[in-house]
Amino acid sequence: MAHFEKAKSLHDWLNQRLAVDAVRRVMATEYWIPKNINFLWAMGMILAVTFGLLLVSGIFLLMYYQPNVATAFDSVNYTIMKEVEFGWLWRHIHGVAASVVFLIIYIHMFTGIYYGSYKKGREMIWISGMLLFVTFSAEAFSGYMLPWGQMSYWAGMVITNLFAGGSLHADGLVEWIRGDYVPAQAFLNRFFMLHVLLLPLAILALIGLHFAALRIPHVNNQDGEEIDFEAEAAKYKAGDKAGSKVIAFANDFMSKDMMVVGIYLVFFFYLVFYHYGFAMDPVNFDPADGLKTPAHIYPEWYFLWSYEILRPFPTDPGLIAFGFAQVIFFLLPFLDRSPNAVPASRRGLFNVWFWVMLVDMIVLTAMGKLPPEGIFSTIGLVAAITFIVLWILLPFITKKEKEL
Amino acid sequence: MKELKILAVVVFFTLVTYYLVEPFAHSQMHKHIESEGFAYEDLADVNLTDANVTNGQELVMGAGACLGCHSMEVAGMPAPMDPVTAAQSYGVNPPDLSNAGAVYDAKFLADLIKNPAHALMVEHKFDAEKGQMHPMVPFYGAGGDLDKEVADMVAYLQSVAVKKEELTSEQAYELACGRCHANHYAEWTQLGNKPAFKKEQEELKYKSDVLDYQDSLKAYMGKLPPDLSIYIRSRGAHYIETFVENPQNYLKGTAMPRVGVNEHAMEKVIEYLEDSGDAKRAEREEVGKNVMIYIIIFAIFAILWKKAIWRDLH
Repeated sequence: MAHFEKAKSLHDWLNQRLAVDAVRRVMATEYWIPKNINFLWAMGMILAVTFGLLLVSGIFLLMYYQPNVATAFDSVNYTIMKEVEFGWLWRHIHGVAASVVFLIIYIHMFTGIYYGSYKKGREMIWISGMLLFVTFSAEAFSGYMLPWGQMSYWAGMVITNLFAGGSLHADGLVEWIRGDYVPAQAFLNRFFMLHVLLLPLAILALIGLHFAALRIPHVNNQDGEEIDFEAEAAKYKAGDKAGSKVIAFANDFMSKDMMVVGIYLVFFFYLVFYHYGFAMDPVNFDPADGLKTPAHIYPEWYFLWSYEILRPFPTDPGLIAFGFAQVIFFLLPFLDRSPNAVPASRRGLFNVWFWVMLVDMIVLTAMGKLPPEGIFSTIGLVAAITFIVLWILLPFITKKEKEL
Repeated sequence: MKELKILAVVVFFTLVTYYLVEPFAHSQMHKHIESEGFAYEDLADVNLTDANVTNGQELVMGAGACLGCHSMEVAGMPAPMDPVTAAQSYGVNPPDLSNAGAVYDAKFLADLIKNPAHALMVEHKFDAEKGQMHPMVPFYGAGGDLDKEVADMVAYLQSVAVKKEELTSEQAYELACGRCHANHYAEWTQLGNKPAFKKEQEELKYKSDVLDYQDSLKAYMGKLPPDLSIYIRSRGAHYIETFVENPQNYLKGTAMPRVGVNEHAMEKVIEYLEDSGDAKRAEREEVGKNVMIYIIIFAIFAILWKKAIWRDLH
């Protein structure tokens, strides 16, 4: 056992046992961040705050929610909304955060793509981020089942049907997943467990991995400049804060993070109190009814683009395209063959690729919600094909890119 | 400045996406139906200026007239049968007429008295020529001028009903919706407000009565009309108002009758539905205001802190 001296203060006592000074140095005051990064780099902190809001509000909701097909709907819409003090507030925070978190994830992802933050040594940051995205998607979907409204039920029906694999007709697999022929009690219990235990646990672990993946390659910067972190940090520590290209995470970058978080929270709570409806599909305020199909079945907005890659094709090609869309983002660091980790605006054809991809995904999102009729199906089909073609083109256009 | 440009790009794409998946998609999925302003323009005007309330009272109370089926608590006339039996006879319990004059539009009432299937817009279901009589018997007149007599009856119903400002949301809901639609978040069944029970037997008896009533209703309407507990959230006020005003606009051939409420009673119905489905709206406004003030102050301090820290970094 190490040698311990009589502590001079509580801080000293803790320091001898937990090395709080060293931890603070590594995590905050000597965790170096490039200076030239804009507010888009604060999305990570916004995501952490939003996830915190989800976790806390979720815990309160969990105290009153009943995972039973007979009582789930009323436990959410009556007990939590009407009888529990501030239950409405926790629910609206949870519902709005669940939707907004995806907006921020998409901004975070497109920031990474735009600035090439997934390249050259940063592949693990990207891959762990994509794993987080997929886990968040599963978390969102399983949570959407819990109020047991009409859209919960029918979205559950449609999404689990995908596992039949089209002409493979793996109906046994679908029944195994549901625990029944249709979404019912076993299904609700499973999704409840996934939503409140297994998936949040996985998310917490992946957040740890995502943060750890940042430590060695450091975060990218606005100009794609390769920074000698040790030399710059020495400059900073010598007192030349203005001349150094790096700053400390705390309080330097954290103050910027907090500024962005502050502005974000104004927007967030505006939504919670005055515009929560956008995050709650009205159809889901009708109790689940297995005998009555809603006129339109669509997922939440953040899944619409991948839903629209499935929908315009016949069953089997649709499923293949859908599977393609789910995994292709993982491969981005390997499909982008260019050596440049600079903003897309300086990368010629890739710049075009980026903006076309962004617009294409918005078009897919819009068409995924609209009824698949007439011109909307045609636009949806073209957008889905464009999405696939863009990914096939990516290695070729980036291979030709000149080194900057 | 550069960061503001980036922010503008982010906001622009966010708003475009929002517009497409919310207002635009909804406009494509659900046709918009304008309110007709509760004018009931297809119905004939009723002239109440010289209406004779006393004559109206005699006609309403007269043998074989309204009170053969309807109760009128305000005039001391209880219902001839209990709601369950009434529903077995007519399909639905005929409403108590005490406040009919306050809830229903005058034009609608007049038309209803003369030709129920027409006023209720259920002629597709009840065609007298094919022998499908509406359970409510039309008033054929007491020998005088039919229109004058009907106007007298409407004037009488209006004279005994609660004053406009005294109409409660529950009274409006009961007459407009509550005999067919339950609202279990407001403890409302088709038989009225669910009482508090001392003994389980009483509660089971009540439940059994409700089920019997619902059976008659199912046979009459084709299906059990939905529970309206949180219709204010699943449908919204505009949908409900315009649906009540003219159900045929939404569901051609639906068994749901036109209710014929006046505009004020409709507001009361919406208030009732908000109380059951969005009970905490006042608290939300109040808390929302305070949280917004707090969070704006927080944001201002965060901005000032950032400025202070970054002064040394530039």
